Amino acid sequence: MSNQGKSAAKGGAEHTYEGGLAVIPADAIKDPGLEPHRVRMTDKSPKHERAAVRQVASLFVLSFLGSAFSIYAYFAFPITDDLGSVRSNTLFLGLGITLGLMGIGIGAVHWAKTLMPDAEVSEERHQARSSEADRARALEIIKLADEESGFSRRKLIRRSLYTALAAFPIPAIFFFADLGKDQTNNLRHTMWKAGTRLVKDPTGTPIKASDVTVGSVFHVVPDGLVELEEHMLEEKAKAAVLLVRLDPADLKEDPAKASWSYDGIVAYSKICTHVGCPVALYEQHTHHLLCPCHQSTFDVTEHCKVVFGPASRPLPQLPIAVDSEGYLVAQSDFNEPVGPSFWER
Amino acid sequence: MSTTTAKKQGFLADRANFLDERVGVAGILKEFGRKVFPDHWSFMLGEVALYSFLVLLLSGTFLTFFFQPAQTDVIYNGVFGPLKGAHMSVAYESTLNISFEVRGGLLMRQVHHWAALLFVAAAGLHLLRVFFTGAFRKPREINWVVGVVLFVLGMGGGFTGYSLPDDLLSGNGLRIIDGMIKGVPVIGAYISSLLFGGEFPGEAIVARLYGLHILLIPAMILVFIVVHLFMVVIHKHTHYSGPGRKDTNVVGYPLMPVYVAKAGGFFFIVFGVLMLIAATITINPVWNYGSYDPSPVSAGTQPDWYIGWADGALRLAPSHIETYWFGYTWSWNILLPILVLLVFLVLVAVYPFIEQWVTGDEREHHVLDRPRNAPVRTAIGAAGVVFYAVLWAGAGTDLIATNFKLSLNQVLTSMQILLFVGPVVAFIVTKRVCLSLQRKDQAIVLHGRETGRIIRLPHGEYVEVHEPLNEFEMWKLVDFKDYKPTLARPNAEGKITVGARVRAAFSRFYFEDRIAPVTAGELEAAHEHHGGHDDHAIEAPKAEKKAPAKKPAAKKAAPKKK
Repeated sequence: MSNQGKSAAKGGAEHTYEGGLAVIPADAIKDPGLEPHRVRMTDKSPKHERAAVRQVASLFVLSFLGSAFSIYAYFAFPITDDLGSVRSNTLFLGLGITLGLMGIGIGAVHWAKTLMPDAEVSEERHQARSSEADRARALEIIKLADEESGFSRRKLIRRSLYTALAAFPIPAIFFFADLGKDQTNNLRHTMWKAGTRLVKDPTGTPIKASDVTVGSVFHVVPDGLVELEEHMLEEKAKAAVLLVRLDPADLKEDPAKASWSYDGIVAYSKICTHVGCPVALYEQHTHHLLCPCHQSTFDVTEHCKVVFGPASRPLPQLPIAVDSEGYLVAQSDFNEPVGPSFWER
Repeated sequence: MSTTTAKKQGFLADRANFLDERVGVAGILKEFGRKVFPDHWSFMLGEVALYSFLVLLLSGTFLTFFFQPAQTDVIYNGVFGPLKGAHMSVAYESTLNISFEVRGGLLMRQVHHWAALLFVAAAGLHLLRVFFTGAFRKPREINWVVGVVLFVLGMGGGFTGYSLPDDLLSGNGLRIIDGMIKGVPVIGAYISSLLFGGEFPGEAIVARLYGLHILLIPAMILVFIVVHLFMVVIHKHTHYSGPGRKDTNVVGYPLMPVYVAKAGGFFFIVFGVLMLIAATITINPVWNYGSYDPSPVSAGTQPDWYIGWADGALRLAPSHIETYWFGYTWSWNILLPILVLLVFLVLVAVYPFIEQWVTGDEREHHVLDRPRNAPVRTAIGAAGVVFYAVLWAGAGTDLIATNFKLSLNQVLTSMQILLFVGPVVAFIVTKRVCLSLQRKDQAIVLHGRETGRIIRLPHGEYVEVHEPLNEFEMWKLVDFKDYKPTLARPNAEGKITVGARVRAAFSRFYFEDRIAPVTAGELEAAHEHHGGHDDHAIEAPKAEKKAPAKKPAAKKAAPKKK
């Protein structure tokens, strides 16, 4: 094969391509050719050469010492109950290995730069394109294969093969269907039900309406969430709520939703309607809620409408009331899906 | 190269003989052993990426021995006091154990993380080097695409790895991914259910990402690296323009022994630097964040740097662009940023083909461009860099606002404006700077270098002495490709197609402002011009001292040599 290629290369004419819009001036300045090589000190003086040899060897010895030290450090700086020991273990082990690696690396490069030949050499390039003879032979092989198999000629076989090839990966796609059950409908419901108490996150203590002073903020979850054996995080990712009490005069409530708040206390989903981060930076004097991830800003006084940032929808409001003991409870679940938007919402 | 009878020819030769008689390595060595590689610092960026990847494989393998990718709830009872008794997932617990109970475990975690950051950074810089020097031109277009794919795979590898410890921040990152997936029309919520094995966060995602992170993605990266390097060998490395460096040769040092020592040594240096950083600088201290919980706030947090531009794109989307059409929700605030990122990556990947279509240049190019000598390409690159940088900076709007005491809203709005204005300004400025640098080169070639020596002529005039360049210095300044715009020409049927018109418009855009390399005739004319003037007389006495009769000699020497 290689013999064939060689002889073909000799016979085949060099293929030239057009330069397109390239301008090739007739009287371009000529390439002067490679610059004369400058001799290094280590080539000229045996003293410098010996010094370089010593430096390279010292670097390799240094590397050896570094590796040896790291083995020592592994035992000398064990991890104990004192967390400071983690730091010294990491540090000394790391420094030893660093030395072991850098000694080899710098030594090898120094060796190459000072002692190996530094005269640049030139090597011919060949075009990526094969020689004309090789190309002709390749084309012949393709044609022969086509002829022998009848790939082009036998349309029936070819088309049925295409159909089969197109179909065979499709079962694999179906296999992914059992990765998880479609939970789209679950996105519409949370743990909140009529009468569920609002409790503090993470302690789980219920909240008395009278304890919520104007301007205060509570991070809230539904009663019973912390005790969940299963799917606690999934429920929390939907049910987390932020409770704020405003001066009722500041609230600009939609009459239809006026009954959802209690004496200036409002509860909103804490899950951002953009991509679902917890929205919980509350700015007291503006009554704005800010999402730390992408800075969507919601105005608590106006049903958490979006005043800034990439979110589009207001945070869903949790209708709340007070039970007979004075504790805050939900009137119902949220009236719309919480969290990021989705197609069927 | 006969090795069959070689005996006692030296340590290396004897070992080679052993191998050759069993697997026939002599042929391979004959082909590749003295392969020439050119030397330049910028060629090491790709090497840094390659070596970081090797470090990732080594340190990552160590981590797999201890890490447990499960989200089963456990109560922590390890040595890290502040979290004792806390609920957490097994994944998070095993991450804590690697950090606090395995000797060198934290070191390996930190090496792994730093190497990942360096891998993507080096790959990105390598991509920029290749772009700005035109190394993507024929025959390397496919290798450019492979490189872009590697960069994207690097981001994927990074993100999947970052999500494994199941700490508060990584969980929040996954929450964002979940939100983005849910925004995809028609199938979004369903795909999210599949990915997370039900509702977010579920107990499946860490194990699934683990499979991707330790098998699929590294395997793909490895395959693409092999393809990438294979093509480098086929094409031979590009070299920078310089005397004796042509499209038909490669000038540099042989693989054996010089590059084996240099590149091999460089691997140890990259590894060593990563080890030093890992030993001294903490990264991703997950024990400070706690196990994932969807509720706590984490203000001022940042993703790993290479995800920043995607996060920035999400932040810069305008408010209220979600629509409700035909009874369904179209989350443009998510789709638009995703589209922007995808279009950007596709444009980067196909750029070589666009430029080739405009220039119509089908020749192979192995001599690199100096960025200034391709002003429009360099300007496009600068515009792209600014676009990326603004998106990236967009991910830090909150930190910029708090650190510089600015209004968050104003910072974000400025970024939105900058995203469109910045690239345009960068384009114009870069193109002008390139053209000016080309003019400077031209002036230096024609009139020589300014020496700062002022001479007073007999008649009282003061002039500065210009020292002519030697032929090697001159060649560096005149060796570049020059293109000129074309007109839309009719095809064989006599019609001017839309394609031809567009191509003509593009060619004007690219080459309208062009500075052609100085020709021998122009050089001659410039010297004649000097000769006709008095200032020639000033150069002569100076020239006599150092290099006698420099100019006439240079003029004639050049044609003689070739």
